[in-house]
Amino acid sequence: MTAVPPPDATRAKRRRTGRRARRAAAPLTVVSALVATVALAGCGQQRDDDVYTVLNSSTDDSYHSWDAATLKRCSAQLGITIEQQSVPAAQVMTKSLRMASSKSLPDVIQFDASEMPTFAEPGGLVDLRTLGLSTQDIPKGIVDFGSYKGTYYGAARTVNTLALFYNKDLLKKAGLPVPTTWDEMRETAKKLTQGKQYGIALSAGGAEDGVFQFTPFMWSNGGDETELDSKNVAGALDYWKGLLKDGSLSKSTVNWTQADVNDQFMAGNAAMMINGPWQVETLNTKKSLHWGIAQIPVPKTGDKSVGPLGGAILTVPNTGDTAREKTAAKIIQCMSSEKEQITYARNSWMVPANEKAAAIWRKEVPELDALADQVATARSRTAKVGAGWSSVSLALQSAFQSALTGQNSAAALKKAQARATSGN
Amino acid sequence: MSTTTASAPAVEPAAVAKTPRPQRARRRRRLSQWGFIAPAVVFMLLFFGYPLVRNVVMSFQDFSPSTFFDGKSPFNGTDNWSKVFEDDLFGKALWHTIVFTIGSLIGQFGIGLALAVFFTKKFPLNGFLRSLILLPWLVPMVVSGIVWRRILDQDTGVLNSFFDTLGLGGGHTPWLTSPSMALFSVIMVNIWIGIPFNMVILYGGLQEIPKELYEAASLDGASAWRTFRSITLPLLKPVITVVLVLGFMSTVKILDLILALTDGGPADSTQTLGTLTYQNSFVQLDFGAGAVVGNVLILISAVFAVFYLRANRSEGK
Repeated sequence: MTAVPPPDATRAKRRRTGRRARRAAAPLTVVSALVATVALAGCGQQRDDDVYTVLNSSTDDSYHSWDAATLKRCSAQLGITIEQQSVPAAQVMTKSLRMASSKSLPDVIQFDASEMPTFAEPGGLVDLRTLGLSTQDIPKGIVDFGSYKGTYYGAARTVNTLALFYNKDLLKKAGLPVPTTWDEMRETAKKLTQGKQYGIALSAGGAEDGVFQFTPFMWSNGGDETELDSKNVAGALDYWKGLLKDGSLSKSTVNWTQADVNDQFMAGNAAMMINGPWQVETLNTKKSLHWGIAQIPVPKTGDKSVGPLGGAILTVPNTGDTAREKTAAKIIQCMSSEKEQITYARNSWMVPANEKAAAIWRKEVPELDALADQVATARSRTAKVGAGWSSVSLALQSAFQSALTGQNSAAALKKAQARATSGN
Repeated sequence: MSTTTASAPAVEPAAVAKTPRPQRARRRRRLSQWGFIAPAVVFMLLFFGYPLVRNVVMSFQDFSPSTFFDGKSPFNGTDNWSKVFEDDLFGKALWHTIVFTIGSLIGQFGIGLALAVFFTKKFPLNGFLRSLILLPWLVPMVVSGIVWRRILDQDTGVLNSFFDTLGLGGGHTPWLTSPSMALFSVIMVNIWIGIPFNMVILYGGLQEIPKELYEAASLDGASAWRTFRSITLPLLKPVITVVLVLGFMSTVKILDLILALTDGGPADSTQTLGTLTYQNSFVQLDFGAGAVVGNVLILISAVFAVFYLRANRSEGK
């Protein structure tokens, strides 16, 4: 660009030398040339043979440095250079799609597992098994978590789910046991609600956070995302409404993200909360807070507590370059090795995907046992609806927000079912 | 653009020598005029024309994630349009957009004008206070949104606590948590953000009005209201038009503020055409449907742009 003189300078020089003003058309040519260069430069991105890229959403300082350390170890082990490229979580999908259309895909993409089907459906991902990755020692639930239509596309390093966090001191002072059923939780929450302190906090926000939090209630009650208008889903929603009616749950819940919920719990505005292990790092910064963790209560004693499986998975996008794809699989193998999984789990408080690694991790952090148990029975959001999850999720969030702000649960869910199916 | 480059060599070189001087000069001027205009035209075509046309075309296509891989986006007639229009959410979002835009403009403009008139008076700390009022303008929209979300929290928000201390608590106001209140609260926050812009431009306009007119009015014994109505308002009219049109353009497409404040909730009560476009295109990845809503937004803006141009033209006469 610097080689081309700016249009105005060209023009001035021409006029001084008395050349024909017809050449004033020069700026036009210059601009067109510039535009063409810029446009072309945007396309073909040069690949360096020994440099591999991992695209992830680790924009958070600590996550970025953990991943950087992992990639450094893997680079040394494989004798290549691995670069980390981080974009905000909400942009991973759109960025990857754009890269796919400009044929400049990275070697490894870390997707949120609920987004993976969208990229896998049009053939954007490579089967990890054909690239030589084994699923030995990985529980079936977690293999399914990284699979779409039976093909294993994504390897998880760690997984997470939701659990019931409670303030030990408050429960002890009130002489209450940790609730295990819906009725117990409702009673406990009611008793713990006093003054500015609510019994429980959860996120019913109008985004994926809220839907993620609703799933354990919906699923433990026998509800299902393919049939939002069923009695069981309405039952779960009515349970949430009950908590609101008792005053045990703040009305602000419809405006809270999971991070807001954690803030409320830490500030002592809630005695219990539904949240995930990624909050533990923040929770531990407040030394005076003694928290415990338990499985999310179930409708009746003996029911199974089914949580949503969350977390990111490492995938190999389909670039057509088999040699690079094979190396990419090796990068994933290194990143998700037993040792790396434990390191990552220690940092992030999430549960290692590998059974053996999980066993070691369990011994290290016995206080998170309940979480590991919850993960064992958790299920993925996309197992049944695949790429249709985003429609279901949008319809569901609108429905529970309507119900929590006054509408009849059954009516709201009936509308949601119609919306979810028309959107596919 | 092609005509200028193509016709140029045709007249060269003998023709140039033969043409009489004045004609040559005129042609030279014409060409250099085109040279100045051409870059702007190319720029407009590339960065405004192309996306605009592309967006219209896209609204008739099945444009999904798979399009990014195979480049195929088959035309599907008016499928996207009927899908968007049949969804109740579109009607709701359109209504919310209208209420949001009109409410915001009235509030921003009214308060902005009042403040601008107020600051034309001389009083101590005038300049300091005026620059203080600019603050909301300097804060990024998303930051304002997040801060206001905390302020408006039903239980722990500063605003409700403030009303509590005044003894006006009487059950906490559900600013952002009740579907019937949320849109109102979002409009309030947007008014807060928009006041500085309105004030600054209107204040500038007021400075342009000759002082003699006010002196004459006061000699004639005109009341303050009469002076405002007969001198300030008419002379400020061109500036008012600009403020309102610019305000309209930035308000009607609102997205970031709403995403930060309510995410379109609760229960879709703050969904606007902007958030609906975002939801269709970037959450559901149905780019065709997103383009439909985007086109509706462009159409609304275009109608207002026409009004604006006509108003300008009649003023020019």
